Amino acid sequence: MRGTLTIFKRELAGYFATPVAYVFLIIFLMLAGVFTWQIGGYYDVGQADLRGFFSFHPWLYLALIPALSMRLWAEERRSGTIELLMTLPISTANAVVGKFLAAWAFTGVALALTATNWLSVNYLGDPDNGVILASYIGSFLMAGAFLGLGSMLSSITKNQISAFVLTFSVSLLFVLAGFPAVTDAVSGWAPDVLTESVRNLSFLFHFDAITRGVVDARDALYFLSLIALSLFATAIIIDLKKAD
Amino acid sequence: MIEIRNLTKRFGAFTAVKNLSFQAAPGEVLGFLGPNGAGKSTTMKMVTGFLPPTEGTVIVCGHDVLEDPRAAKARIGYLPEGAPLYPDMTPRSMMKFVGAARGMSSGRIKERMEVVTRLVDLHKVLDQRIETLSKGFKRRVGLALAILHDPDVLILDEPTDGLDPNQKHEVRQLIRSMAKGKVIVLSTHILEEVEAVCTRAMIVAAGQVCFDGTPAELRGRSRYAGAIEVAVTTADAEGARAAFEALASVHSIGDQAIYGEETRFVLFPVNGSRNSLLDDVQRISTEASWRLASLSVDRGRMDDVFRTVTSEGPQGSNSAVQPMKSGEVA
Repeated sequence: MRGTLTIFKRELAGYFATPVAYVFLIIFLMLAGVFTWQIGGYYDVGQADLRGFFSFHPWLYLALIPALSMRLWAEERRSGTIELLMTLPISTANAVVGKFLAAWAFTGVALALTATNWLSVNYLGDPDNGVILASYIGSFLMAGAFLGLGSMLSSITKNQISAFVLTFSVSLLFVLAGFPAVTDAVSGWAPDVLTESVRNLSFLFHFDAITRGVVDARDALYFLSLIALSLFATAIIIDLKKAD
Repeated sequence: MIEIRNLTKRFGAFTAVKNLSFQAAPGEVLGFLGPNGAGKSTTMKMVTGFLPPTEGTVIVCGHDVLEDPRAAKARIGYLPEGAPLYPDMTPRSMMKFVGAARGMSSGRIKERMEVVTRLVDLHKVLDQRIETLSKGFKRRVGLALAILHDPDVLILDEPTDGLDPNQKHEVRQLIRSMAKGKVIVLSTHILEEVEAVCTRAMIVAAGQVCFDGTPAELRGRSRYAGAIEVAVTTADAEGARAAFEALASVHSIGDQAIYGEETRFVLFPVNGSRNSLLDDVQRISTEASWRLASLSVDRGRMDDVFRTVTSEGPQGSNSAVQPMKSGEVA
């Protein structure tokens, strides 16, 4: 626990010690704004809600989270600091969880900064704040799942670009698994159970469910177990490959 | 106290460390020598718990590194090869981080930071980002992190690599000053360093111990140990050589080299007759009226032993190398 907290603090401070954090935050907020007010067609719908804003989150994360997670482990391995880190009296799990939580907290900060949108719609109309809160929780959980994948894929390489490309590709699969184009292709020949499983693997499927206003335990569990699983895999990969 | 028993590390088909066993007690500064790729770093990585051994055990202050890694790691201070550090941190924040990760209280961290900063002379750069520091300072930060918790065991992988002569001297002094009551293991391929700081030298090659003894013993192992080096100024170098060869106290003549006017010879004395050889050399130089430019007894050449020992491998198959000492402890 102590180890996790120490790693968490160092990592989080690390984000703000470099321009990376600010670049990320600015781009995140800019894109979030553009998606909500311009592309999302907020003014055309004529309804005060943030559905447009949230519907772009999977795509926003798909583009930005690999850039955030790529350095998690690849950089430690490339620079050799992993040797410093892993010879401290802390466990691999401490380090993996601490790093992940810091990255997650950082995306939480980015997400929290979009609360201006929330204030705006409340000023402009009378939105269902329960739905918006659920959507924020769903978005945060989904960001964690993206980061979990990113952590895992960052641990298998010393090269940040490889980590970025891998994370982007794998995340894309997880997002697209719920797309009609994909599910239709599968449902054409596969039994319904399989189609359903594929859809169930999708970020979109679970995120959409949450943004309808209910944080269902199954949807939350999906994201949380994906996080747990990918962190578990990260720890195993680190133990096996840290010296390569 | 560290105890290493039958340590083996294989990477696929390659055996980096082969059945290595040794012990080191407090007060000892053990110099780990060997050519590149001999398994020095790999051994250190296993002792510090970074790499799991394929076979064998490492016990640090009574704690098995594999079974109780936290307790073992808590007693070790480690400077990895190249002193890796987080470039966007400062020496101060780095020390705070490592101290916290080691479970030190903030009061204790503060207290030790002061001591350590003074020891490695970091005052000037304490709040400067590490990426802006020179190599020498980075190495010192690495050392500061290794000794921050005042560990019983200090493992230093090439602590002076890449430093300038002054910095090397400082780091060596620092290591010597810390030796009391600690086990220090350092790796190097600078042979003088072993003499300058170590109480014990151990040569590994191809993952096995080839020599284990004091630096003086290591030097004494050289075929040059006790040889007489003489430089004379004469036009007739061949005549001088013949005269030396004719001496009863000379066993054989080694290298001969010409530096300007001087001709240097290495004379190997007949066993036990070194002093009479010295006298003989002076006598015949006077008789032949050569100017004696220098006359000295060779203490042995480290690089010579190093080459012999590492090229012949373990177990001392050659007469120049006696059987190893503690390799047989296990």
